[in-house]
Amino acid sequence: MSQSYNRGLIEDFSRWREFQAGMWAWIFHKFTGWVLIGYLFTHIAVLSTAIPAADGATMLFQGSETDVFTGTIVSLEGLLLVRILEVGLLAVAVFHMLNGTRLLLVDLGVGLEAQDKSFYASLILTGAITVASIPTFIAGAF
Amino acid sequence: MAERYSSFNSGGRMWLLQRVTAAFLLIVLAFHFFLLHFVHHADEVTLAASSARMEQLSYYSLMVLFLVTATFHGVNGVYNALINQGLTGTKRTVVKWTLVAASVVLLFQGIRTANAWAGGFPLL
Repeated sequence: MSQSYNRGLIEDFSRWREFQAGMWAWIFHKFTGWVLIGYLFTHIAVLSTAIPAADGATMLFQGSETDVFTGTIVSLEGLLLVRILEVGLLAVAVFHMLNGTRLLLVDLGVGLEAQDKSFYASLILTGAITVASIPTFIAGAF
Repeated sequence: MAERYSSFNSGGRMWLLQRVTAAFLLIVLAFHFFLLHFVHHADEVTLAASSARMEQLSYYSLMVLFLVTATFHGVNGVYNALINQGLTGTKRTVVKWTLVAASVVLLFQGIRTANAWAGGFPLL
């Protein structure tokens, strides 16, 4: 019979040394989920500068009048900190997507017996995709 | 039979919607990252280029559907994570309606932004 579990405050986090792959996958999936929904609100807030920009609002950017949307985005992208945070966002999104695929497959009855191996594969693939994407994400920031 | 280990009660409508939106988001989020970081670089963004994309009904519809599914998936995920941590009673009701209100604000603002880029709904 199927059953869900109440983990208390993440099953007493002080016992983290005893956690197995499935528990880490659960914690990472929650953490990356919180980051992504937080980012979605921030993303829409920043993109909303398109609303005044479409009405003709401008700002002084690199010595010339630029629409506030383009000026805001290009200014943010000019900051190395923002580029580094974007790499972090990519890592978070890629892990959530790969681990989410793993969860969907398990829900469909595929791969439950190898769920620990697929978690490690998600981690390794996340690392590889993130590292491979760094040059693209950092390009032009210096 | 293997025991389930999930934040969601299996078999419910919200459980199914969480998974359907997950499958959709897997594809569209990958497309979004690829298009706006690898095809076009983020520091090359301009109002004109964003508008040109959004003026196409297919792209506008995909992005609005992306916003709706991402909002549902994220907010429903947060709600279920909190229930999983033991949220019950009045607090659960307050959290639920706060999340619903936040979602409505996010959707409203997101669609306003899409319309600003597109100069209104693309068909009109």
